[in-house]
Amino acid sequence: MYAYDELDRTLINERVSEFRDQVKRRLSGELTEDEFKMLRLQNGVYLQLHAYMFRVAIPYGTLSSEQLRRLAHVARRYDRGYGHFTTRQNIQFNWIKLAELPDALADLAEVGIHAMQTSGNNTRNVTSDQWAGVAPGEIEDPRIWSELLRQYTTLHPEFSFLPRKFKFAITASEHDRAAIKVHDIGLRLHRNAAGETGFEVLVGGGLGRTPFIGKTIKPFVHGHDLLSYVESILRVYNQYGRRDNIYKARIKILVHELGIEKFAQEVEEEWLQMRDSALAIDGSVIEDLRSRFSYPAYEKLPHMPDELKKAAHDPHFEAWRKNSVFPHKVPGYAIVTLSLKPVGGPPGDATADQMDAIADLADKYSFGEIRVGHEQNLALPHVARRDLPVLWKALDKIGVATPNVNLVSDIIACPGLDYCSLANARSIPIAQELTRRFANHETANLIGRLHINISGCINACGHHHVGHIGILGVEKNGEEFYQITIGGRADEKAEVGTLIGPAVPYAEVADVIEDIVEAYLALRARPDELFIDTVKRLGVEPFRERVYATR
Amino acid sequence: MTSPLEQKKIRITGPSMVTANRTWDGVVIYRTSKHGWSADLSDAAIVRTSDEARALLTESIADDVGAIGAYIAPVEIKEAGEIRPGNLREHIRSEGVTIDLPVPA
Repeated sequence: MYAYDELDRTLINERVSEFRDQVKRRLSGELTEDEFKMLRLQNGVYLQLHAYMFRVAIPYGTLSSEQLRRLAHVARRYDRGYGHFTTRQNIQFNWIKLAELPDALADLAEVGIHAMQTSGNNTRNVTSDQWAGVAPGEIEDPRIWSELLRQYTTLHPEFSFLPRKFKFAITASEHDRAAIKVHDIGLRLHRNAAGETGFEVLVGGGLGRTPFIGKTIKPFVHGHDLLSYVESILRVYNQYGRRDNIYKARIKILVHELGIEKFAQEVEEEWLQMRDSALAIDGSVIEDLRSRFSYPAYEKLPHMPDELKKAAHDPHFEAWRKNSVFPHKVPGYAIVTLSLKPVGGPPGDATADQMDAIADLADKYSFGEIRVGHEQNLALPHVARRDLPVLWKALDKIGVATPNVNLVSDIIACPGLDYCSLANARSIPIAQELTRRFANHETANLIGRLHINISGCINACGHHHVGHIGILGVEKNGEEFYQITIGGRADEKAEVGTLIGPAVPYAEVADVIEDIVEAYLALRARPDELFIDTVKRLGVEPFRERVYATR
Repeated sequence: MTSPLEQKKIRITGPSMVTANRTWDGVVIYRTSKHGWSADLSDAAIVRTSDEARALLTESIADDVGAIGAYIAPVEIKEAGEIRPGNLREHIRSEGVTIDLPVPA
């Protein structure tokens, strides 16, 4: 966990007071909606179909049990008893009242949570690997650098009015769990040939209306140069990024139009002017940040304790363990993913009661720490393997132990037309139907790893472009239709999926997905060839034929 | 279901109403013929020409304190005079989400 200092606490509290005054002036009519809109957006407040939506940041996906309890409190006191975890390590409340928002923010501020820059044309919540600091083989904890960027970009005057929103993601592992290639700036911590630690910097990734995979602009930037280099990128974007057309305003369009070489040259010229400025990071700054992260006092524990050997006879426990328990860097410990994808449930939602219970379990079994992943699941990052059987029973009791992590029913979905004012079609009912179709655990296991992503409109909050199977809701003559893509992925081999054919109506989506999965099972070279690899090997044509032959 | 954000020109092809969200709490509201707002669709003022729609929208937008994001949306008028939402978006706004909420209301 990261411990906020007095400066952080003052900043957050002052922001609450400022927003309280702004809301008061809005409700009295002193501020028009036109004047207020930007102010509310910079505090994570959108207007959705039924109410205001309040987006709260969970920087680099790390939460304390105290913070999760406070989110539960906000859900219960100010909303309708639940929250929705998003694909960018935020939580959203869908039914919040504007008049009560300052009180909700004040309650969150008491535990160091805020909603600053969770919307608007500024730098957004800095996201990272949800296993940061505990993943085996990690170069170092990327949250230290995430926190540096969080502090640097928060209320940065030069980057508060960018042409469009701007998103960072950081990973320090070979396997990318932070989707860095689909962010405006993606950072991969690695070692160069000399054994020095630094960042591969990618730029211009993004989804939405015009998807692009990020391109490497610089293979290696030393940590002490990170801020100056990042600022150079932002300056070039701020200067040349389009402000006349919202659909062409993201940095990905600028990088595409200029070309990565020309863009890199512009950045390099800017960087040379500021590289040795005050932005050069002194090692003591990083050490200070590092010292503010607390790490558990792990015990020396056996890898295979008796409790685990005994529980291995229970097939239900084993199914969950094999699916939801992952290796930890410390022997005797494990990372446990909590599925927020129950059969028939809305992906990513957690009730206040579940949040409270998870916070209690985190205190008991995970040193009081919880992680939020971009796949819309939670994780307990420090679980002793001897505690897995008893933890499993407790998680199962509160409905977050569905053994479907990374399987076909572990669906990423945006809120869609049930909540969102931008959506053209519903996402959640499609996801719910698919989880019912693939509810059988043995079948899901037979299928293996398969990511389905659903977005209710082209803005792609459900990251459909990078789903192994992507589903995009569109509107045709007032009816909901869905375009299907296959072959996308969001990891270190990120790719944008390929459209398989004409959009299909709402009622046929689940049938189409079943057809695609059946085609895969028939076409795969061997039982352990993953769906994504079969598509890569064969292309989309066999799947297209299967889906449209009878339609 | 064109997003209201993309609604540029005012041209209606059937019975329509003006809807918005109440400023202080975001609740869905409808402009009434008495120049006020109601959370009940059956109270909505119905317009049938583009000129009427423009006038109703202009009057609605003028209430910047009471309502946010006013726009024109289609309705269906049933035989008995019942007003029903004219598309799925408005159906969801009027009737609520089409799924069971994680915590029953």
